[in-house]
Amino acid sequence: MIYILYLFFFGFLLTAVIGLFGSWIDRKLTARLQYRVGPPLLQPLFDILKLLKKETLVPFGASKATFLAAPMIGLVSVMVVSTVLWVNNVDSQNTFMGDLIVVVYFLLVPSISIIMGGFASGNPLASLGASRELKLILSYELPFILAVLVAVIHADFSLRLGDILATQAKNGVIAVSWSGGLALLITMICMQGKLALVPFDTPEAETEIAHGVLIEYSGPLLAVYRLMKNMLFFALPFFIIIIYLGGLRGHGLHLLYGALEYVGIVALITVIRNTNPRLRIDQVLRFFWGPMTVLAIIAVLLALGNY
Amino acid sequence: MGILDKAFLKSLWVFHLATGSCNNCDIEFLDCLTPRHDIERFGMLLVGSIKHADVLLVTGAVNRQCIPRIKRLYEQMPKPRLVVAIGECALSRGVFMHSYNCPLPLDHVIPVDVYIPGCPPRPEAIISGIMQLIEKRKGQPDEAKA
Ligand code: SF4
Repeated sequence: MIYILYLFFFGFLLTAVIGLFGSWIDRKLTARLQYRVGPPLLQPLFDILKLLKKETLVPFGASKATFLAAPMIGLVSVMVVSTVLWVNNVDSQNTFMGDLIVVVYFLLVPSISIIMGGFASGNPLASLGASRELKLILSYELPFILAVLVAVIHADFSLRLGDILATQAKNGVIAVSWSGGLALLITMICMQGKLALVPFDTPEAETEIAHGVLIEYSGPLLAVYRLMKNMLFFALPFFIIIIYLGGLRGHGLHLLYGALEYVGIVALITVIRNTNPRLRIDQVLRFFWGPMTVLAIIAVLLALGNY
Repeated sequence: MGILDKAFLKSLWVFHLATGSCNNCDIEFLDCLTPRHDIERFGMLLVGSIKHADVLLVTGAVNRQCIPRIKRLYEQMPKPRLVVAIGECALSRGVFMHSYNCPLPLDHVIPVDVYIPGCPPRPEAIISGIMQLIEKRKGQPDEAKA
């Protein structure tokens, strides 16, 4: 019973509310950076509610079952990720061995679901976007996992998020060490790729391939995808806060501090996405496998040397 | 009206279609997205795919090449949907009234919800037209909105 509570209250409801708020911050800040007024506070919610009422069109020639199932798979995997993260954050001893691997694995599934949806819709532009998304995953996943390894090394090679949190509660947050800071930087940039935002929004490039993978989605299915992206907008920064910044604590000044951390990360994402041009997919690959991987290896070596 | 219908009027995503306009109307519409006018205040976004759109903005005199394409685009739009005709050309074909290539005005091809006159209309006029459409829709019963 308690797990169902965690799944629906923390994993879905709380994550969705904070994610919607985060995506409002993102849009409002974008508007302010461009000297515009920007949308009202409830705008992301209105967008999703509106899409629920719209008609669902399944394109002729699409493989129907996959087309309909793909968004659900993505949403459920984000729910699982955020549930595991919340459980760790609230009660860090009550977890299982290897949950870090589960989280890293399920953080990949939303991208996979987007690829499935793109290929299943039978639209040439969507297939193009899906194949780009596939290459994007290939590029960012290597430095991302190396950077996560840094936190594992700091916690005496434990693959439990609870141990990582406990180590940080004892010795101070990982991000202040040299290797931790470097890993935090790399993870932030990989997160930009995971969220498919500029400069890595090649799979969704509006101006070239018209929203790419999502081009054929309409109505409730698009709403599920948007909700998934908004929840990811909380789940990924939350993951970073847990493994590098010591997690969110829910009382007194800590709550304010945690909120500031989250808003700060979102603001950083937004500023990056508003001040950069879009990269081509081959540039993305070269960027992640070149400088980013080298930096990540340096971070791992530093962590092994206890810096 | 229910919460979902309210949300619809607060988050109109627009798709921009030029059916042989002289490009002035298109530029005036793009002005609506700039910092000075900023239609994102009202929750409107410009989208690149017709499947995401709620509003079809049409500019230009509808020519023979475009007629089947407009119809197809309109049919691909998920319901509920709105159509906005911008500029004299889309309203009545303007100076192309007697052209061999423009047999029909737009509202003989697809149903139009709001007409915004002008050659080209100012961005303020476009925004005010869409806002009037929203006001009108607020008062209507749900059945009339398919
Ligand atoms: S209405 Fe005037 S400005 Fe607009 S497309 Fe026609 S001729 Fe051009």
